[in-house]
Amino acid sequence: MQSIVVKNISKSYGKKGEIAALHDISFEVETGSLFGIIGPDGAGKTTLFRILTTLLLADKGTATVEGMDVVLSFKEIRKRIGYMPGKFSLYPDLSVEENLNFFATIFNTSIEENYDLIKDIYVQIEPFKKRKAGKLSGGMKQKLALSCALIHRPEVLFLDEPTTGVDAVSRKEFWEMLKGLKAQGITILVSTPYMDEASLCDKVALIQKGQILTINTPQGIVDEFEYPLWAAKSANMLQLLNNLKNLPYIKDVYPFGEYHHIVLQSAEGVELLKKYVASQTAEKIEILKVVPNIEDCFIGFMNK
Amino acid sequence: MSSSIITADKLTKTFGDFKAVDQISFEVTKGEIFGFLGANGAGKTTAMRMLCGLSLPTSGKATVAGFDVYEETEKIKQNIGYMSQKFSLYEDLTVKENMRFYGGIYGMSNKYIKTKTAEILSQLHIQKEENVLVKSLPLGWKQKLAFSVAIFHEPSIVFLDEPTGGVDPVARREFWNMIYQAAAEGITIFVTTHYMDEAEYCNRVSIMVDGKIEALDAPTALKIKYQAKSMDEVFLKLARKAVRNAD
Repeated sequence: MQSIVVKNISKSYGKKGEIAALHDISFEVETGSLFGIIGPDGAGKTTLFRILTTLLLADKGTATVEGMDVVLSFKEIRKRIGYMPGKFSLYPDLSVEENLNFFATIFNTSIEENYDLIKDIYVQIEPFKKRKAGKLSGGMKQKLALSCALIHRPEVLFLDEPTTGVDAVSRKEFWEMLKGLKAQGITILVSTPYMDEASLCDKVALIQKGQILTINTPQGIVDEFEYPLWAAKSANMLQLLNNLKNLPYIKDVYPFGEYHHIVLQSAEGVELLKKYVASQTAEKIEILKVVPNIEDCFIGFMNK
Repeated sequence: MSSSIITADKLTKTFGDFKAVDQISFEVTKGEIFGFLGANGAGKTTAMRMLCGLSLPTSGKATVAGFDVYEETEKIKQNIGYMSQKFSLYEDLTVKENMRFYGGIYGMSNKYIKTKTAEILSQLHIQKEENVLVKSLPLGWKQKLAFSVAIFHEPSIVFLDEPTGGVDPVARREFWNMIYQAAAEGITIFVTTHYMDEAEYCNRVSIMVDGKIEALDAPTALKIKYQAKSMDEVFLKLARKAVRNAD
């Protein structure tokens, strides 16, 4: 069963439609799965989310959520989805509890009725339930927004960049919460600019400049990487980078944390690289073969 | 230590009972790339605001570029550059107008502004875009331009507050290339980031937890000390100890 089906969606902005935000996007999200839209700012993620949550009309193409068309059945869809926009959109001068009550009432339900669904998330902010939402820390705002998006027990949850600007520890905690929600049978579509979060999704679409680069499981994307990948480090990393850039059998080389990652043109390059390293007696270079991660794959697609 | 460009000695900022920054002491050397890490709410922004002369400390001592953070805040502002992800350039001004504006603010001469503008346009290969509004530039370009503008007046130190958030992986690396170059030219870099691979590019890194500096060393040394494979692991080990939960 597919929970979300997107077919050939395009959207442009500007008076003459000169700014293309999405170009011929198609993908499907299976019911109960966690699907990630991974891409940098300006890739079109928010436009896509606004179309699927019935807040924006596409120029071309169709989309359905839970089998319902996003244009024809927008009212019904709104009852059955939860949406957490990238920008904090709760009422800053209502308290934590008032915000949650407000959203529960709008959807004809109550906090008590669906408390079990939000319990694990809400208990963390419950001690501050009298505090105004505008006065909460970033991490707490995020938890409140998620609670509000869940309070009517939606079938599909849309989370637009929930972890942007959030530190590494809180990001890990947030993804743990998503796992818990998925276990309750909720379909989740989440967007993020952090490539490392891709591995936490069942399936991901890499997106850049309004176009989908690839759709696959995280492992599948890594398996698609078709060049030998090595890592190198030495005492002078900047010099090393510039030297490696000039070698003809190297397709691409870029900093990657402690190491530089080296994409070789072909398997023959491995021996050549080893010879090169051995010939550099003035400076000791350490090399090792590495498994590509999503960021390597993304860079690879960008260079295509 | 005449080569220190930042010195902080038991620098503290409290808001009521809340110790946002709790007696932090450290030094940053001239030309160094210094990573300033910490979880949300650890006190990074408060500490940075004091160092930029925007907020008076409650107690402790600090100097930036040789100037005192209590008495010489205006001097500090003239001698530092600042760039953040949220605010950097005026979107409704063109590329050239932004440079003219910032150059003017820092009291640069017309001749200097003209030469420097030409230099930056050619460095970034955006000569053709000089009269384009900043808002129509791709994000990666904007960030690179914002960095060039932050060091337009050739400050001795530049503060970068999460400069690469949301930028694509290729542009992110090009940005770091610019940081390396600026550092090689003698500009000290003080940078915060949520990308732990970027922590590896710093000469030294400090990690703040609950208002205190819990660790400060070269990335390699930190990884050995905390028996971690990556800076990500080091960060998680330290930041998980935090008891405070606020921004």
